[in-house]
Amino acid sequence: MNTVIPIQVANKESTPTPGSTHQISQERGQREVFCGLTGIIWLHRKIQDAFFLVVGSRTCAHLVQSAAGVMIFAEPRFGTAIIDDRDLSGIADANEELDRVVNQLLKRRRDIRTLFLVGSCPSEVIKLDLSRAAQRLNAQFNPAVKVLNYSGSGIETTFTQGEDACLASLIESFPVVAHRDEPDPDNAHKKLLIVGTLADVVEDQMQRIFKAMGIHGVEFFPGRNSQHVPEIDERTVYLLAQPFLADTAKRLDARGATRLPAPYPLGVQGTSAWFEAAALAMGVDDAVRDQALLAPRQRAQTATAKHRNLLQGKKIFFFPDSQLEIPLARFLSNELGMQLTEVGVPYIHRQHMAQELELLPPNTVIMEGQHVERQIDRCEAAHPDLVVCGLGLANPLEAKGYTTKWSIELVFTPIQGFDQAGDLAELFSRPLTRKHKIAA
Amino acid sequence: MQLTLWTYEGPPHIGAMRLATSMKDVHYVLHAPQGDTYADLLFTMIERLPRRPPVTYTTFQARDLGGDTAQLFIDAVLQANERFKPNALLVGASCTAELIQDDPGGLALGLHLDTPVIPLDLPAYQRKENWGCAESFYHLVRQLLKRQSANEQQPAGAKPAGPSCNVLGPTALGFRHRDDVIEISRLLKDLGIHVNVIAPLNASVSDIERLPLADFNVVLYPETAHTVASWLEREYKQPFTKCIPIGHRGTIAFIREVLALAHLPVNEALIDTLSERSHASWYAASVDSTYLTNKRVFIFGDASHAIAAARVAHEEMGFQVVGLGTYSREFARDIREAAALYQVKALITDDYLEVEDQIAELHPELILGTQMERHIAKRHGIPCTVISAPMHVQDFPARYAPQMGFEGANVLFDTWVHPLMMGLEEHLLGMFREDFEFNDESAPSHLGGAKKSPAHPSTETHANEPDTVVSPSTPHPSLQVQAPLALQESPSESVNLSGEQKMHELVQVWTHDAELELKKIPFFVRGKAKRNTEKYAKETGVSNITIETLYEAKAHFSR
Repeated sequence: MNTVIPIQVANKESTPTPGSTHQISQERGQREVFCGLTGIIWLHRKIQDAFFLVVGSRTCAHLVQSAAGVMIFAEPRFGTAIIDDRDLSGIADANEELDRVVNQLLKRRRDIRTLFLVGSCPSEVIKLDLSRAAQRLNAQFNPAVKVLNYSGSGIETTFTQGEDACLASLIESFPVVAHRDEPDPDNAHKKLLIVGTLADVVEDQMQRIFKAMGIHGVEFFPGRNSQHVPEIDERTVYLLAQPFLADTAKRLDARGATRLPAPYPLGVQGTSAWFEAAALAMGVDDAVRDQALLAPRQRAQTATAKHRNLLQGKKIFFFPDSQLEIPLARFLSNELGMQLTEVGVPYIHRQHMAQELELLPPNTVIMEGQHVERQIDRCEAAHPDLVVCGLGLANPLEAKGYTTKWSIELVFTPIQGFDQAGDLAELFSRPLTRKHKIAA
Repeated sequence: MQLTLWTYEGPPHIGAMRLATSMKDVHYVLHAPQGDTYADLLFTMIERLPRRPPVTYTTFQARDLGGDTAQLFIDAVLQANERFKPNALLVGASCTAELIQDDPGGLALGLHLDTPVIPLDLPAYQRKENWGCAESFYHLVRQLLKRQSANEQQPAGAKPAGPSCNVLGPTALGFRHRDDVIEISRLLKDLGIHVNVIAPLNASVSDIERLPLADFNVVLYPETAHTVASWLEREYKQPFTKCIPIGHRGTIAFIREVLALAHLPVNEALIDTLSERSHASWYAASVDSTYLTNKRVFIFGDASHAIAAARVAHEEMGFQVVGLGTYSREFARDIREAAALYQVKALITDDYLEVEDQIAELHPELILGTQMERHIAKRHGIPCTVISAPMHVQDFPARYAPQMGFEGANVLFDTWVHPLMMGLEEHLLGMFREDFEFNDESAPSHLGGAKKSPAHPSTETHANEPDTVVSPSTPHPSLQVQAPLALQESPSESVNLSGEQKMHELVQVWTHDAELELKKIPFFVRGKAKRNTEKYAKETGVSNITIETLYEAKAHFSR
């Protein structure tokens, strides 16, 4: 096991060579991952005044409802406009039908401020133009309700990319800020934006640390309601809190914002480097920065250390899922001493993942894409102590004697930041603990 | 286009998946876009199957649509056949693949595999899950048996001596199918009838080939087996049962029917002995059960379960059936016939909003429905029991809990009565309405006793009331296991705190920020977080509890 942690030079301007010692392979075949519609499950909880209307088939309705199945709340802030035979054969005008359904929905739910029309595989295959529909409906309902559209279809988006498409569509709807010509030598008007859905409590913790560093006016996108428009212009610098936001980043860049390259805020190492990137960009004094990070870092180190005994030296295998695999693998390897057998990822964004790839132990086996049958064979051959995989594979593997960590929990639990580092480690130690406790 | 907040059935290919997953040696190759693999979770997580559903998906993406998706499908068929070596291959398309018209059936047949290939044509924009299951089962059985007779083969194994039957209809992801099969198999055996084949649950291709050997068929679930049973009657002269063995009387009617089909004499003494397994009729006749008499009940579900439930409710429990409906349009006539018996108008709809409207209008005291009706019941504060698919993980209990047979009658009595206020308690509430603790707003004490969620403010059909804002209500204690703990924690906590304060003379003060921070912790662990923080503060001599204290405690206690 390699314990060398490459030195991270935070102020390098050039894009570092992304992990050239790693074996990154590609494979194609059956992909056992969700489509982007699944993002609606957490997005509708985060953006509280929005409603997500999938325009699709009964399969889409069934998926969203089954994925949300554990949530037994009164009435969800999502639904599906189910396309039927009449729409397909042209007996009914699909656009008129859609308008009718939207009117029905908005009459029933007067609390909606933003309506997302979400494209699906069927709506795309039949080329139903949802951007035209959104424009049309927007003209009818604005300003009471803003109508936007994005694609969450499986043919276009893999799981967490659904959030990327949603956030990108929100940014597109923001008015373009007039170009500011006033010079700003002291960066007094520089603003920091944090991008990617985070649990409310994580945002609040991060905000406290920023304030302690003297960075004020930090905004989080997406916000808790869709009416809030963050400042995005040439004076904006942004940190990605999540690794699946390619399109969102592109839109931000197009509006003049600058991305701060950093690893993701998972674990002590990732979170430290992430805050350090912010401090550097915002001109925070090193001493002030270190003081702000001191106590939280120590807490995180204490909390994660408790799990090291159990996880050290254990072999872990990642099936692809959320794009969080590489930062998670980095955290588990560097801070908890786990051995990485294979790290499967649906897709690697070479720039957004560059800092993470640098931090991975050399010669990490990374598989981009998936052929699930071959991957299952490789997994079994590797005899891992812990397998991170989706719920379609977890129980079958458990029944065969493998210990699994179900990957979706990582998307539905607060794991970012110092005060969650221990929780994140515990998510991986718990399956092993359980095995000890209840194994015959 | 239909606005759908919840769908009662999945698309038809899910029905085909249920068939494939039920069987031991059948594999399904499904032409589908990336993301359709969500369906695997239905089996591994709701039913907790310890194996993968035997399905291979092509999971095509945008880049594939520009190229040869047909080749993708062919490769998938060849690889699946090679790897899994099934004894039959189902092939078909999900809704999106249907639109790209690759003809998976034709492509697979063109490969001339040794494995029998059964093409499935399941129109996704017209039909739904149960139909898809029934249709797939029919095509599988028909094709395998046709192949057998074309080859002039006889089914392996001899015709059973003595009367025999097949049991048709139980599937993977069926509502209590696992336990119903055990109960009814035992019953048939006790009646002297040999069970030849149970299909499709745990059946193999060779089992299907032995179907013709039995004298008649028991159709447990018409939704999945009616098409096959009708065909077997035409082809092999096998009659099939019409009685569904749900409830005490339903089970006895079923017994009489199978004895007749088996040409066995009716042994009343034996029936009496067998029926002693059910305590339900005595419990329903117990003197305290008069509180159940004329309780107004609304029933909705798949047709077979809804019709059976209405009969049990009316004839065995003394309830008053005020509403009866189904989402299975194929069985509309049966539901209407049943509804006429109780002088109610049948509700035939798959629109959850319509069901909700009718419930709001009727004010029932008990709802027997699906998980969808359970959502409605929570919002309206009405007791509810699930009696039909669609269902969730709680509807696959670890314990033996059939809906059918005499044990099923016991299960029905227990589960229907459980959410209701108990008789004597009802009396006391009625007599002493002003009680500050136990009043109309309380949930039954055996369910936690805390305040019920309020009934929905607008009892009119609120879908048409533009000004009514629909807001989520707090979960009904009877319907969420954890809620009673959380609801009870707050009042007792404050009592403890002041008690502790008095005892230890160390006044712990939470800063306002820390209190707000505490509220961000999910309610079901909040009490523990509070206690741990106060404990840690006391141990470290801190009297002013700040946010830092909260997180220091969290790190200190983290395991």
